Amino acid sequence: MRITADLDRCVGAGQCVLTEPAVFDQSDDDGTVVVIDGAPEDEETIDRVREAVHLCPSRALTLAEPTSTP
Amino acid sequence: MTASPTLPLKRTCPYAPPAEHVALQRQERVTRVRLPDGSSAWALSRLDDIRTMLTDPRFSSDRRREGYPLQTPGPPRRATERPTLIGLDPPEHGAARRAVVGEFTIKQMNALRPRIQQIVDERVDAMLAGPRPADLVSALALPVPSLVICELLGVPYAEHDFFQDRSARLLLRSVPPQERFAAANDIREYMATLIAEKAKNPAEDLLSRQLAKGADQEELAGLGFLLLLAGHETTGNMISLGTMTLLERPEALAGLKADPTVTPQVVEELLRYFTIAEYVTSRIAVADVELGGVLIRAGEGVITLANVANRDPAAFTDGDTFDIGRAARHHVAFGFGAHQCLGQNLARVELQIVFDTLFGRIPELRLAVTADELSFKDDSDVYGLHSLPVTW
Repeated sequence: MRITADLDRCVGAGQCVLTEPAVFDQSDDDGTVVVIDGAPEDEETIDRVREAVHLCPSRALTLAEPTSTP
Repeated sequence: MTASPTLPLKRTCPYAPPAEHVALQRQERVTRVRLPDGSSAWALSRLDDIRTMLTDPRFSSDRRREGYPLQTPGPPRRATERPTLIGLDPPEHGAARRAVVGEFTIKQMNALRPRIQQIVDERVDAMLAGPRPADLVSALALPVPSLVICELLGVPYAEHDFFQDRSARLLLRSVPPQERFAAANDIREYMATLIAEKAKNPAEDLLSRQLAKGADQEELAGLGFLLLLAGHETTGNMISLGTMTLLERPEALAGLKADPTVTPQVVEELLRYFTIAEYVTSRIAVADVELGGVLIRAGEGVITLANVANRDPAAFTDGDTFDIGRAARHHVAFGFGAHQCLGQNLARVELQIVFDTLFGRIPELRLAVTADELSFKDDSDVYGLHSLPVTW
């Protein structure tokens, strides 16, 4: 799992921070998303990240599923 | 065949969308509706369609475009004047929003909690010291968000009667357009004077900080106008509607009182259930777009029936039921897309503090009239209560 954030799309609504503050924060300067943990491993955290992706109003977040299994 | 209804429609029950909206949602996915000026537009009633439309750049927020549906009359504009946030499209919108959204981050809003708590406590103190019954709207619901937004912006609260009067008139559909223009212009002129003053004598407030960052004075007046208007009406209406709802639903209220950790969830459910500003997210197509099985042509308006969409059976189980256990934030009560409410997290914090404090400090609070005696703002672009007599 790898989270990517498109800062050009981000409008600082804060939905991601409300959903999973351990993974997402906002820049003090322009409110855009700061990804604190770009590759969470815990299942419950990943579920909340999925929810954050769904809730993001500007569709700035993507969650890349692993492309291959080791 | 059913004749298409003319929007906007009034709610006949505070707890339900207009019956015609419900009928539209059941009829077809995307339907044609008529507007008071004789034109027509498309109506979206499904949550997924509204979310899709609001994230598609082929739908514009530019209210100056010919045919933009159900406009709230704005102040008369000069030809050179640029629209403020809500009327901007990309890429201008992103830059304008990022210039101010840092003031409204979750961190900033949490930092305001102690001050908001103090404001709420002072209003509750004053209400308790006053006569019974009290009107919750004038005692608490309006003053709290008004005090908070005035302090944040740096607008003297002494002027709040002036703003409340003008913003209420601006939103009333029955007030003639010229009077609505005049009301908007009053606020705008006041803002321009205030900002010119702050340019000379900066203070510790949002308007001064924007000036220090190089904001254009005229654009900042537009932004100040928008924030003040949004800060006055919407949160106030949610406080009064929320209090009414919880007083009428003892089980939900008991749930709130028993466990303070559910408060954010209760607030979210109230936001979904009332969706007080449902037409605000309407847009105009700037290209031909296929959506929900119809072809929406460039220049056609699209209206969002957000209240029924927030009860869409495809998105919410038993959406007509008020359920504090729902924990659902995928509603569009704050809109969706790049324009989703800038002040949403301020509203959340204010509502959470108000309900916790009000029911915590006055556990015996109750309605002083029967529910059918209440008078609702069913003629306003933002739904709410005119007054809410309560006693304890």
